[in-house]
Amino acid sequence: MYRYDDIDATLVRERTAQFREQVGARLSGELTEDQFKPLRLQNGVYLQLHAYMLRVAIPYGVLSAAQLRKLAHVARTYDKGYGHFTTRQNIQYNWPSLVDVPDILDELAEVDMHAIQTSGNCIRNTTTDPFAGAAADEVVDPRPWCELIRQWSTFHPEFSFLPRKFKIAVTGSPADRAAIGVHDIGLQLVRNGEGEVGFAVFAGGGQGRTPMVAPEISSFVAQRDLLAYLTAILRVYNLAGRRDNLYKARIKILVNDLGADEFTGQVEGEFARLKGGALTLPQEEIDRVKAFFTDPPADDRPAVLHPSAAFSRWRLWNVKPHKVPGRAIVVISLKPYGGTAGDASAEQMDVVADLAEQFSLGEVRVTKEQNLVLPHVAEADLAELYAALEAAGLATANAGLASDIVCCPGLDYCNLANARSIPISQAISRAIEESGLEEAAGELTIKISGCINACGHHHVANIGLLGVDKKGEEFYQLTLGGIADGEAAIGKIVGKGLDPDHAVRAVITVIRAYLDARTEDESFVQTLSRIGFEPFKEAIYA
Amino acid sequence: MKVITANRLADGRVVYRCKNGGWTETLTKAEQFTDDAGADAALAEAAFDHLTVVGPYLIDVEEQKPSGQKIVRERIRETGPSAGSLHTGLVEV
Repeated sequence: MYRYDDIDATLVRERTAQFREQVGARLSGELTEDQFKPLRLQNGVYLQLHAYMLRVAIPYGVLSAAQLRKLAHVARTYDKGYGHFTTRQNIQYNWPSLVDVPDILDELAEVDMHAIQTSGNCIRNTTTDPFAGAAADEVVDPRPWCELIRQWSTFHPEFSFLPRKFKIAVTGSPADRAAIGVHDIGLQLVRNGEGEVGFAVFAGGGQGRTPMVAPEISSFVAQRDLLAYLTAILRVYNLAGRRDNLYKARIKILVNDLGADEFTGQVEGEFARLKGGALTLPQEEIDRVKAFFTDPPADDRPAVLHPSAAFSRWRLWNVKPHKVPGRAIVVISLKPYGGTAGDASAEQMDVVADLAEQFSLGEVRVTKEQNLVLPHVAEADLAELYAALEAAGLATANAGLASDIVCCPGLDYCNLANARSIPISQAISRAIEESGLEEAAGELTIKISGCINACGHHHVANIGLLGVDKKGEEFYQLTLGGIADGEAAIGKIVGKGLDPDHAVRAVITVIRAYLDARTEDESFVQTLSRIGFEPFKEAIYA
Repeated sequence: MKVITANRLADGRVVYRCKNGGWTETLTKAEQFTDDAGADAALAEAAFDHLTVVGPYLIDVEEQKPSGQKIVRERIRETGPSAGSLHTGLVEV
């Protein structure tokens, strides 16, 4: 893992001290709310329905055991005993008092954590494959590149007041577990014909009210040129992106309005001016950062199998292949049946931190599916780990299955939401469990958003639900056919909104219709492509 | 009927404005307005409480409970999340 140097540590300490002064100024009346709001947002503090919400950055979803223990401590000391892991690999606390936030930030700084750039129209936390540095199918480890982007983008003076927020995702695997197609910039590490490593660059993807899949604007950018190329994209966007309309200010609108070719031409023009200049990454700096991210040692102890069927199911769905012999990647589901997606209690966080130290070289990951990952577990330890997870209520064997539902906080917490998303996700989760269809259906994504901002990523779900408000009543609009990873696709609306009970039944109906229609090994989207929407629509609205 | 609500500055908790100009966490203790003019005048006064609260606004109430188009949102604000890790059992979906 990357370790903060003096520059990082000083920067965070100074920022925390500055925010303490700003909070004091607001409480004493030196700052009005209008003056204070952008300052608190720049420090990850939102005002939600019931309380302030603090969003803490987890750079590219990587946590040490010590950091996770600190997050547990914050949950226990300053919140109500739990935290909520988000679809952007961060954590949110739903109940902190404003007066406590400076103390929380001081505590986080002790473990190299902060809330910088978790809000505002700046470059947000860069996200990546939660299996980075461990996945068997990985071409190149994306974490050093995420770290270089973090260092470059932190407090970047030119890009601190962009037309809108800006999100970059990086994948080092062709499987793309980072959803690069629906980010402002998506980077895929690739090798060119000469075997050199570089980046395929995608720009102008996103979700929200105008979902779009990013076009590829460069098939190969050399490693040394990454920051120059990113700067060129940001510079074109910063100058030409719309600032007159909040809903048309994201880069996707600019790319769409200009057309991918014209946008690419402008980027290439700016890149030509920047290339070879001060933004060129020295090889020694690339190597210095890469040195923080080493492979775990192989483990040649024989695998120990747990005798239970429950272990076998968990092993099948929650354990993924590792690139190092004798090791495995373990997904810890934060989706117990009927539970709240992404919530973890302070006690559970402590347990995972302990297990990370015991079994995963002290490292934990957060996924955009709102789960946790132990990336480097020895096959020989899987049975012992499973038993410990089971004892902590963390052994739900549903990673990637239908009940592994992604869900935003919705109207139960969020000021922007139009409808609740947590209760309907819980009801769907219970219905899936009761249906007994889950394992037969296999990998299938369900994602729920409480408003069109799409924090629940419903656009890119196989089965998506969008909560809408109709004259004080909650309805849910179903979309089918979305894909987040790999060949990203935006789901299409099936028909008119459904009341909550009907929406829950509809999800089960869709899964049944899929199982009835699919041929062997056909995924949900493949079946949908083959038979079309009508059979599903007829079943839902029958 | 209308009531003025806001979030408390120090901790963000939901509060309602009382007759004496103070703030309470209990909706039933809030001042209720039967006429728009009175509600608007009180809301203008509440804006001066910027050291105590953030973003005061008017909500509809009936029989001392939130009502109107924002009923779900305001009931959740009044009684807490309807689901999640702090489930209060407000409304079943």
